[in-house]
Amino acid sequence: MSSVAQILETMEYGPAPESDAPVQAWLEKHGRSFELYIGGGWIKGTGRRFDSTNPATGKKLASLVEAAPGDVDAAVKAARAAQPGWAKLSGHARAKYLYALARLVQKHARLFAVLETLDNGKPIRETRDIDIPLVARHFYHHAGWAELLESEFPDHAPLGVVEQVIPWNFPLLMLAWKIAPALACGNTVVLKPAEDTSLTALLFAEICGEAKLPKGVVNIVTGAGETGRVLVEHPDIDKIAFTGSTEVGRAIRIATAGTGKRLTLELGGKSPFVVFENADLDAAVEGAVDAIWFNQGQVCCAGSRLLVQESVEERFLARLRARMETLRVGDPLDKVTDIGAIVSMKQRAQIDAKVKKGLAEGATLFQPKAACPDGCFYPPTLLTNVEPASTLAQEEIFGPVLVSMSFRTPAEAAQLANNTRYGLAASIWSEDINVALDLAPKIKAGVVWINCTNQFDASSGFGGYRESGFGREGGREGIFEYLKEKATKATAVMAAPSSEPQLEDTDAIDRTAKLFIGGKQARPDSGYSRAILSPSGALVGHVGEGSRKDIRNAVEAAVKSEGWANTTGHARAQILYYCAENLSARAVEFTDRIRAMTGVTKAIAGKQVDLTIRRLFTAAAWADKFDGAVHNPPLRGVVLAMNEPMGVIGIACPDDAPLLAFASLWAPAVAMGNRVVIVPSEKYPLSATDFYQVLETSDMPAGVVNIVTGPRDSLALTLAEHHGVDALWYFGGDGKKIEEASADDLKRIWAPGALDWFGAGVEGRAILRRATQVKNVWIPYGA
Amino acid sequence: MSNVHSISPREASGSEEGRNPVAAYDNDLIESVRVNRSAAERRAATLPGRRTVKKQWQAAWLVRAIQCIDLTTLSGDDTPGRVRRLCAKARQPVRQELLDAMGIGGIGLTTGAVCVYHAMVTTAVEALRGTNIPVAAVSTGFPAGLSPLNLRIKEIEASVAAGAREIDIVIDRGHVLTGNFRAVYDEMKLFREACGPAHVKAIIGAGDLGTLVNVAKASLACMMAGADFIKTSTGKEPVNATMSFALVMCRVIRDWRQMTGYKVGFKPAGGISTAKDAMNYEFIMKEELGNDWLKPDLFRLGASSLLTDIERQLEHFVSGHYSASYRHPMA
Repeated sequence: MSSVAQILETMEYGPAPESDAPVQAWLEKHGRSFELYIGGGWIKGTGRRFDSTNPATGKKLASLVEAAPGDVDAAVKAARAAQPGWAKLSGHARAKYLYALARLVQKHARLFAVLETLDNGKPIRETRDIDIPLVARHFYHHAGWAELLESEFPDHAPLGVVEQVIPWNFPLLMLAWKIAPALACGNTVVLKPAEDTSLTALLFAEICGEAKLPKGVVNIVTGAGETGRVLVEHPDIDKIAFTGSTEVGRAIRIATAGTGKRLTLELGGKSPFVVFENADLDAAVEGAVDAIWFNQGQVCCAGSRLLVQESVEERFLARLRARMETLRVGDPLDKVTDIGAIVSMKQRAQIDAKVKKGLAEGATLFQPKAACPDGCFYPPTLLTNVEPASTLAQEEIFGPVLVSMSFRTPAEAAQLANNTRYGLAASIWSEDINVALDLAPKIKAGVVWINCTNQFDASSGFGGYRESGFGREGGREGIFEYLKEKATKATAVMAAPSSEPQLEDTDAIDRTAKLFIGGKQARPDSGYSRAILSPSGALVGHVGEGSRKDIRNAVEAAVKSEGWANTTGHARAQILYYCAENLSARAVEFTDRIRAMTGVTKAIAGKQVDLTIRRLFTAAAWADKFDGAVHNPPLRGVVLAMNEPMGVIGIACPDDAPLLAFASLWAPAVAMGNRVVIVPSEKYPLSATDFYQVLETSDMPAGVVNIVTGPRDSLALTLAEHHGVDALWYFGGDGKKIEEASADDLKRIWAPGALDWFGAGVEGRAILRRATQVKNVWIPYGA
Repeated sequence: MSNVHSISPREASGSEEGRNPVAAYDNDLIESVRVNRSAAERRAATLPGRRTVKKQWQAAWLVRAIQCIDLTTLSGDDTPGRVRRLCAKARQPVRQELLDAMGIGGIGLTTGAVCVYHAMVTTAVEALRGTNIPVAAVSTGFPAGLSPLNLRIKEIEASVAAGAREIDIVIDRGHVLTGNFRAVYDEMKLFREACGPAHVKAIIGAGDLGTLVNVAKASLACMMAGADFIKTSTGKEPVNATMSFALVMCRVIRDWRQMTGYKVGFKPAGGISTAKDAMNYEFIMKEELGNDWLKPDLFRLGASSLLTDIERQLEHFVSGHYSASYRHPMA
């Protein structure tokens, strides 16, 4: 035992343990055994039992049950039964429940914090100061959305029953991120916590009872991957919200393909942490601590890829190593612990294996001298001599391991930052606002933190680009993930063939429609053409028979024309207006073509052309008006929610209204700065091929709009499989196959089935949201 | 902090333990300073949540805080009687039976120094005779530092002649606000010369400087000109010592040590009135600079009422009862 005199010599901190007695008492009260929370009560699970343990000590905390298929079904049924009543409540009534949940989380804040630390291994400082306050904040914020839902989201309805599967790294916080918006919007939920960390979810179930939440609105089923699989495959689920590994996310994408279930995925990352030579290096060092040694580095958005400008690399790394020496690894319940326990020995083994692999590939290891406890702990680790080609520069480690690389110029920083399949988050450190704000839009990531890192707030959406998943949690953008647009009454689509005499071009010069790729009319690679017949069977014309290679060429042209994303909205509008103007000049020709192909009346064909002109105008109008937002988290600074184009969007058009649908889809996409590869209506492609000349005469830059005619579904499949395509809008008959194919790179798929192309519902914000993704840029400031 | 290495690191032998000498003025070094305020404030705000001490560790850290206190009175109504009371408290800052109970009755616990105006130096020196407690004098037209330069220098000389072993000078904040760090350096250099063997603490008046960047630059200019300590505040600015100022100044001290091999001390002052405040500054010293900066030769806390709160905490540690201030002899 150290005496005061001895401590005066060493000036050590000494132990400062947080008592776990109240949590142990709570566990005892439950007999250290939990069942499933279904329909507002504890229902005995029928699956095998398993233990939840404290990773720091290996001691059992409680016995849990793995929900069997019958249990899952009971939970879904309870949620289904509760949903209409919950949705029927006023927003104000739901707000009161969410407010009560927020208050109860605060009331039991320390119980939650200590329980989370025991179950997960993260330091008490983090659960006490970060996780639990953010949980309460999330419920407060979404109580507000419930209150405002009817006025702020008119024409929207809840999805129904939502299934939510959450990870072990932020157990209660991820629960809050999932449950709060779902409930605010009138959905009911079945939530499955991760098998290693279920206990705070079960305590939360208890406070749902204290809040007198209607039975069945929140259901919690424990279990592992098999329970999750049963849930995902349950037929009576309207949406799945998953946070976890990219691997499991991909499996869920495949499992839900073609089912019509809505899906949001928050997956892995390998987020860049970019330090410029003009940064406050000490601030950046402390940022690195918050980026990779927060929660033992088990953070999907951890700044795990350090990119330092070469001119300050050595100095920065020296400071970082010095800082690492003062990090304290140990008992998570000790208030002076910076790095607690890894969640499980299995996870620890994975981290260790990855580090060893990196060392075998030539990386240089640095770990501080201070002792790291035996057991489920891993020391803070810095790996240098890592190059972009190294495994560790590409693969997520999900542990307290930072890999370091250097860059020379801002442009190279952007290239290196984007040299990854992931796109969750990024940090940028520079005292030069020009440098920082120039890089932020260039990084492909859903969240960018300037001179800060790992900042989260309910007001600001969180979610990824690329293989980090899709969907946003938090903010207005997150609310849309739990709502659907109310079906608008379909305008009578007058598509029936008319009895008017068929139009036939008998004396025109033969016009051979080719493909339109990179601003040029190109012959199809196959060398074949396909005949387009009128309803009566007469030949109307030929189009090129597009193939995989044509899609490849078209995507290549679209990728190359990335400058389009940086043109101004005003400039994009001018071109769209010009398209409308040139179409208008040829309205008669286009009307006749629609009549010839589809056999509709002159009036209907004319209306289609008129509406197409209007759609082009509408898209042009929006080009400079689909503004982002400035969020208001508790921060001195701003969070800019920027609507960024998806990139390259593939569009497989329907056969209905062949000109109107074609333009209704590509024009808003292009207005938002996307480039498109369009497969026009397979039956009636000639309106699209006729449109080449409109594009050519309207100053549309080469490669922005590319058109490949031919077999729609096989071309769409090629688009779905193409890694250079960021999103695919599919209006064909084989959505399942397309969605399965998209799992490989987690492409954003929009396959809503039939739409009313003549109605106003297909234009406006709904489609613009499909054409964009929100990037939240956090900019704290202070002179 | 500073992003340029313009002074080559000194060999870590001999001179390293010596007093920080006057170095050449280096404007590039001043201009290389980068401080991100939001990040600094975040670190300053979260550190007290990352570090704490309990039980005998807390007692020891509070005893150490006492050893680093510059027990201060700087009021217009100071009199010799008041100053003698203060000095008596500096000699015996904690009741002996509490020290005995903690097993440190024999360490000769005193505060780090007594800090007074020049007019009280003689009284203080007299009252502290027989101890090793230095008298520190605030000088150079404290607190504004705007009296004629020759008078400011004369004031230092007078205080040193009267027996002050430490001089707390104030810089002309106007020089900082007009970007004239050369002038800050030049004046500081004259003050240092006037101090002779007395150690000099440079008060930068952080609360007057407007930005953390200025806090860092002013600190650097003073260290270049031979300051032994840099000190946050006179206690008379609208904002006194803060954890953010401390963080920024500690990082400049660390950089200076890395560049030159010399250790400069740090003194937060003004508004530090609770034991918790004192420990938070100690945490910052340990985390940013290391244990060497947890001793009175490199760390001082400028305070007057702080001591009473620490005594109350120590009595609680010894007795288990929460204490009242009247139980502790006043200064």
